[in-house]
Amino acid sequence: MKNVLFLIFLLVVFFAKSSFALIEIDITRGNLNPLPVAVSPLYVESKSSEVLKELEVGSEISKIIETNLLRSGLFNPLEKDSFVQKPDIAHLKPRFEDWKLIKAQALITGKVKITDDKLRVEFRLWDVLAAKEIMALAFTTVPDNWRRVAHIITDKIYERLTGEEGYFDTRIIYVSEKGPKNRRIKKLAIMDQDGANTKYLTLGNELVLTPRFNPTNQMVTYMSYFRNLPRVYLLDIETGVQEVVGEFPGMTFAPRFSPDGKKIIMSFAKDGNSDIFTMNLETRVVERITEHPAIDTSPSYSPNGKYICFNSDRSGYQQIYIMRSDGSNVKRITFGQGIYGTPVWSPRGDLIAFTKMYKNRFYIGVMRIDGSGERLLTENYYQEAPSWSPNGRVLIFYRETKSGSQGEGFSATLWSIDLTGYNERLIETPTDASDPSWSSLLSN
Amino acid sequence: MNKSIFLSVIFHIIIISLTAISFPYMIRKPIDLPPIISIELIQISDFTNIPYAPKAKKILEKIKKEKERVISEQAPPKIVKKEKPDAIPLPKDAKKKKKIKTKKQNPKKIESEIKQVSEFEKKELFDPDQIAALIDKSKVETAETIRKSDKLTQNQDKNFIASGLTLSEEDALKAQIFGCWSIPLGLPYNENLLVRIKLKLKTDGTVIKSEILDHVRMNTPGQGFYKVLAESALRAIRLCQPLRVPTIGYDRWKDLQLNFDANEMLKG
Repeated sequence: MKNVLFLIFLLVVFFAKSSFALIEIDITRGNLNPLPVAVSPLYVESKSSEVLKELEVGSEISKIIETNLLRSGLFNPLEKDSFVQKPDIAHLKPRFEDWKLIKAQALITGKVKITDDKLRVEFRLWDVLAAKEIMALAFTTVPDNWRRVAHIITDKIYERLTGEEGYFDTRIIYVSEKGPKNRRIKKLAIMDQDGANTKYLTLGNELVLTPRFNPTNQMVTYMSYFRNLPRVYLLDIETGVQEVVGEFPGMTFAPRFSPDGKKIIMSFAKDGNSDIFTMNLETRVVERITEHPAIDTSPSYSPNGKYICFNSDRSGYQQIYIMRSDGSNVKRITFGQGIYGTPVWSPRGDLIAFTKMYKNRFYIGVMRIDGSGERLLTENYYQEAPSWSPNGRVLIFYRETKSGSQGEGFSATLWSIDLTGYNERLIETPTDASDPSWSSLLSN
Repeated sequence: MNKSIFLSVIFHIIIISLTAISFPYMIRKPIDLPPIISIELIQISDFTNIPYAPKAKKILEKIKKEKERVISEQAPPKIVKKEKPDAIPLPKDAKKKKKIKTKKQNPKKIESEIKQVSEFEKKELFDPDQIAALIDKSKVETAETIRKSDKLTQNQDKNFIASGLTLSEEDALKAQIFGCWSIPLGLPYNENLLVRIKLKLKTDGTVIKSEILDHVRMNTPGQGFYKVLAESALRAIRLCQPLRVPTIGYDRWKDLQLNFDANEMLKG
């Protein structure tokens, strides 16, 4: 018996030794090419009298999705002419071989239906290579809201394929500019992130600057020269009601909301000195944050509200500093060549965006919160005021062109750039535009 | 005049005699160098190929002979035991035989001795007067290590061929998958971004079965990004297939594990 067991043991050992170990290969690199996506036009199910209208809505929604994906720089929407399968059949069951043939890796199909004056939009996201559906959602809304539906669908697709929250169902508030350079009419304007649906919030009688959304996107704080007195104002977008923030005996500027929306942080200048203050919007209590003979301005909270970044010339020339939200533990974080300004903390909390001026050129860049890892994303004659998209991947800023002595050739435009620095795009606006600020996701 | 000449001569004689006495004494001082320099030389010799010193040969031979003697004394006198106590010339013969043997075995024996030298023994052996011998030892040691490393690499190669892919085969496969894998850019930087996928392959490199090894993470709350990452890795495999696998040795690579790690790319 013992001999038999010994033989079995030997056989096991022999075969174990002769078998091959599992080969492991580490894949540590990939490509950053945009993902090829096929956005099939949304087909119309209904045969009612409003067919034509619906047809337009269906194709328009697919166009907006396509444009959004293209502008993100992460997707490559394929030409519709190459699609073999019809939209209605594709929505039911795609022939994946056909989509593979045009090298699509993801497919978006959908249908639109109007019943009882309500628009129902349904869409499916398919993984072409895995030959399976990976997402299916339906939205019901009023027909006029079809653009937002398109943006929400794009957010869902973006999140599902990148693992990151989208930023398409958002708005941008900015300063609309018109007229000659020395007599500019500046109005507050609001639009969708893609430049559509522009609306003006002020009439242009007073100069307005630096508008910022609150976290719920219902309030805006900005600086206005009402009766030639520069002060920070608060505007309710829904009601149109405006009010002055605090009774300061001097100029207040560079306002921004705290992450919980309960406070406004801003600069207050008097007698040539500028310090940072906060005002609680519920209690109206004003609190001094910095007290220094240097100019402290452009404050911005960290997403958790525990820290504030700002710029100051206390070292002799303008640099970026961080401190606790109570003003303690001030620490300089930029030591590079040039002048740093307009720091904005990323919604992710990991980066700070800034404007840098060096050798008469302006740069928009990002760095870690300790000042390390500075990356300059874009450079131009004049550009500033970066503002983060809600997912912390894209920055919007404005750029001005060089003008002649009479102001000829001058223009101010809005631009976006992602963190890679390669996907720089112009955001079209009806007029010249400056001082943009990105809202948080509207659907949150 | 005579007095002054006389005094001058006497003083000159005194100065010359003092100089004659003290000068050699002064010369000796710089010659008396400490043996620290020799220590430096030994250390450098471990890393460089110092040419064989002819003087060292003589010293080395002396050391060898001393050691041989020690060895012969310590060696179990088996042959001596066998010898008859009456046979008087035998020890001479034996000595001769031993000498002949030791001459033949000299280099080998030194090698073996060096192998067995412990750190303490090395310290005992260390002597500034035996630098050359140590230099020579270092040569032998390096030769030994080279031989050892050669043996090791051969073994490794054998194991590699027996159980894995060759470097070029692995590189070809990696390069193919690099091109197919679109890394989702929205992944969090501070998370574990490793997806391990086990594959079963056909002989032509097409995938029969793919299995995500950490499948539990797909549905773990707060790990939503992992699903996105795992799907991107699976897409890469599907897009790439048939995989560029070797035409021979199917048993070696029929089961394959790919570890997709996005950390390096995203952290930069």
